[in-house]
Amino acid sequence: MSDESYPEELRYHEAHDWVRVEGDTATFGITWYAQDTLGEVVFYSPPEVGATVTKNADYGELESTKAVSPLIAPLSGEVVEVNAALDGNESTVNDDPYGEGWLVKVRLSDPGEVDGLMSAGAYRELLESL
Amino acid sequence: MSFTSLTDEDRAAMLAAIGVESVADLFAEIPADVRLDRPLRVDPALTEAELWAHLSELAGRNSGTGSELSFLGAGVYDHYVPAVVDAVMQRGELLTAYTPYQPEMSQGTLQAIFEYQTAICELTGMDVSNASGYDGTTVAADACFVAKQTTGRTRVVLAETLNPQVRQVVRTFAPGFGLEVVEVPHDGGTTDPERFGAACADAACAIFPQPNFFGCLEPAPELAAAAAATGALPVAHVDLMTLGVLEAPGAYGCALAIGEGQSAGNHMSYGGPHFGFLAARSDYIRKLPGRIVGETTDHEGRRGFVLTLQTREQHIRREKATSNITTNQTLLAVAGLIYLSWLGPEGLRDVGAASLSLAEHAKRRLGLPLAFDRPTFQEFAVRLGRPAPEVIREARKLGVHPGYALGRDYEGMDDVLLVCLTEKRTAADIDRLAEVLGRVRAVAA
Amino acid sequence: MKLIYEKSRAGRRAGRVPDPGVQAAEVPAELARSQPPRLPELAEPELVRHYTELSTRTFGIDTGFYPLGSCTMKYNPRINERAVGLPGFADLHPHQEDEGAQGALELMWRLQEMLAEVVGLDAVTLQPAAGSQGELTGLTLMRAYFADRGEDRTEVVIPDTAHGTNPASVAMAGYTLVRVQTDMRGNVDVDDLRGKVGEHTAGLMLTNPSTLGLFEERIAEIADIFHSAGALLYYDGANLNAVCGISRPGDMGFDIVHYNLHKTFSQPHGGGGPGGGPVAVRRELEPFLPVPTVARDGDAFRLDYDRPKTIGKVRGFGGPFGVFVRAYAFMRMWGPGLRDMSEAAVLNANYVLARLRDAYDLPVDRHCMHEFVVSARHLKREHGITALDVAKRLMDHGFHPPTIYFPLIVPEALMIEPTETETRETLDAFCEAMLAIAQEAADDPQTLKDAPHTRPVSRLDEAAAAKRLLVRYGFEDHPTSE
Repeated sequence: MSDESYPEELRYHEAHDWVRVEGDTATFGITWYAQDTLGEVVFYSPPEVGATVTKNADYGELESTKAVSPLIAPLSGEVVEVNAALDGNESTVNDDPYGEGWLVKVRLSDPGEVDGLMSAGAYRELLESL
Repeated sequence: MSFTSLTDEDRAAMLAAIGVESVADLFAEIPADVRLDRPLRVDPALTEAELWAHLSELAGRNSGTGSELSFLGAGVYDHYVPAVVDAVMQRGELLTAYTPYQPEMSQGTLQAIFEYQTAICELTGMDVSNASGYDGTTVAADACFVAKQTTGRTRVVLAETLNPQVRQVVRTFAPGFGLEVVEVPHDGGTTDPERFGAACADAACAIFPQPNFFGCLEPAPELAAAAAATGALPVAHVDLMTLGVLEAPGAYGCALAIGEGQSAGNHMSYGGPHFGFLAARSDYIRKLPGRIVGETTDHEGRRGFVLTLQTREQHIRREKATSNITTNQTLLAVAGLIYLSWLGPEGLRDVGAASLSLAEHAKRRLGLPLAFDRPTFQEFAVRLGRPAPEVIREARKLGVHPGYALGRDYEGMDDVLLVCLTEKRTAADIDRLAEVLGRVRAVAA
Repeated sequence: MKLIYEKSRAGRRAGRVPDPGVQAAEVPAELARSQPPRLPELAEPELVRHYTELSTRTFGIDTGFYPLGSCTMKYNPRINERAVGLPGFADLHPHQEDEGAQGALELMWRLQEMLAEVVGLDAVTLQPAAGSQGELTGLTLMRAYFADRGEDRTEVVIPDTAHGTNPASVAMAGYTLVRVQTDMRGNVDVDDLRGKVGEHTAGLMLTNPSTLGLFEERIAEIADIFHSAGALLYYDGANLNAVCGISRPGDMGFDIVHYNLHKTFSQPHGGGGPGGGPVAVRRELEPFLPVPTVARDGDAFRLDYDRPKTIGKVRGFGGPFGVFVRAYAFMRMWGPGLRDMSEAAVLNANYVLARLRDAYDLPVDRHCMHEFVVSARHLKREHGITALDVAKRLMDHGFHPPTIYFPLIVPEALMIEPTETETRETLDAFCEAMLAIAQEAADDPQTLKDAPHTRPVSRLDEAAAAKRLLVRYGFEDHPTSE
């Protein structure tokens, strides 16, 4: 398990997702807080490449032994890649949530949606309030 | 009878600790208009001795297979239940434990279920078994639900030769599951593979029995292939006690194998409790209903067993669960495991072979016209030439229950009797059956 | 310990089958078994020792206190076990003619009558196999009732404290789920409810007392909201042990009730089952009940299939008869004293609550019914000790843990149900263990995190189990251990 952190260069969604925007594509993952709450991830049910994801709607699931967490899309677009390396190594999501534990890459349909996401500081404030 | 230990002194001390005057105060939040202001209108309490006398009297007014020579089968079978089964079942720890949610408290139950899952997989030729379903009817509904979730299709196909109660239960729940049910009529006592396959187009699954409700042996490999060719999941509904002799459904391409487990070590008990089994190829493991036990290790590296893939189940996945089942039939499934362990592979084969051989002997000895010209297993259907219910009533007066009246479930079979043999019957019993049927039929003539 | 398959040696056997002494028959070659199943091969002494050893690695209500909330782990009278073994019950074939099963049918009829009286409703089906199947049966009855009236109702309301079976049953019955919140007193939020009931509402599923162990004080008003909208009320009988002879669901306004015979009426739980989930209904719903029910004509009893509007069958035959024998025996031994049973259960629960209230957090500060929920929230915040740690440490004190992490609306929940079975001394010992654990959380949290220390295994790696998915013995391919 990793240490708690919320990198400054990422943007955050209230459903405990992070986003790394690079041009018109974005990488999604779950935050340290989300993986800590969920416990060791044992199964990842990803969307298919080519699927459309819609901001604030489910796009897949992560399972620990105690819980199932729907993955909520922080932004809208089309899935261009899923992290196939997680298959059989799901706990990478716990060990390296912001790096090798990424979940999907999405070509954004409305890059303007990024403005609605939180900064690391705002997300930390959200966590304090829980 | 006293199942509580509280004395007046206990009550007084406990009420004082709680800070109330009386037990009634604890119920003060129940509004007066929904309180029962009179004693329950039920019979006065009995002592254990009185209860025993009463229950013995009730039991004495039933004709079990100990007091009547019976050839009834039709889904529940009178195989011998060895004493070890009852003895182990009465171990208080196994009998009175709850579901093994706390594995450190439940290793015995969990290991027993793991061993049960192994036995079911061995018998059916499947990769995974759940920890049991309610009975042989409800596991068929479960299989339909699995198939719908897997294939996204909304039609299920049932062979008409499946136990009528199995078909009835599937039909009860199908509308809620969003499924349409199609039944395929039999042709001369078994299911025609071509006709079966034609019905399977766009079906989620297709369920057929082996042996079927008439006792006949279905062309099971051909039925499975016909279903699979359409993309429908082939599901075999089988009897564990035949699987020492008959091929395992996994060996002829079934996706799931299900059935009623009663015949393996459960008393008939007027219909239950028994257990249903549900086994599948590993592809479907995440769609299966009910509990599954898996092997793991503890912090010190010792082997242990836990409930696994619980995220499928209702207490975690709630409305998206693969089923609503929680309480299942673990104790009866473990009884099945003990019985199967007692028999071993050769004993299992012997039970099947004895039942089969006795049935063939009975066919010859009775000399009655067979309703179907098909190979059979431990049951066979004969035409009596007069209504079967009348024959049953008259034969019972002579101390013999000759079998099941198939006219209860199938049109045009009013004079058809389904006769069942298990290893508990003997050649002499068959002589007695022949004699009684002869007399009853002679009276009619 | 070894698996039974690991103790197996080719050529050993326990049971032998009589030689039928008739000509041997065979099945057609293309249908015959190709590979024999690898069942265990042991002689009977080793078989008995194996399962006896397994039993010693299991904790039952016979072993000790089992305060598993929502599960009503009460003593299972031994006379019940002797009764189900009576040959007239155990060896009775379910297709026996009614004339040959009069004693069994009379028992079932009497049980139907007693169950109806306990809940204050009109008709009972004994058929459902367990509580969750009772739920699915009840919801299927709702569907049939509204279809018969030509009404298209699609939604079922359940509270956020509900057992997981409720939403799962709603989905399997083809209904859409509508959630209602819990208010500050732990009751259904009636204001929230009003906005969620309308012409599409088929009904409400409710447990009363709730899974927080609290009685719904405004139940009459809730019933009125649903009935005024033409909808039905379903009572989840999981918590019936609180109110037998005290308050009846039918009098509260419920139209459909399921019982858990394995909770309230003492069917032993067998490590996961069997259970029994009879369903009672108001007169208007009786035509839709599953077939058969048991009818009485004078002194004779019969299975009654004459129900043209029936939903059909929900399991085989008339239901789990052996469970009926035990429930009937249990109810006959209490008689009208079933009220005393519920009073003792409620007294015991309130006593434990009173002794624990200062050491654990209370989500709602009220008298409880037969069970109550406390939270280990402050232990987690202050010492990093979770409800799971408390549960595991209780094992070292010789107790089965309570239900944990349920209901979902209470963080670090511990749900405690002592039942009427326990002595004051047992309750005191349990409370002292709970208090000692709360203290230990401050003094020696690591010992708690490593608990249990006295069981055959320590905490097990559930994540590894879910990934390896070793769900059957693999024989020669099985990974070695121990």
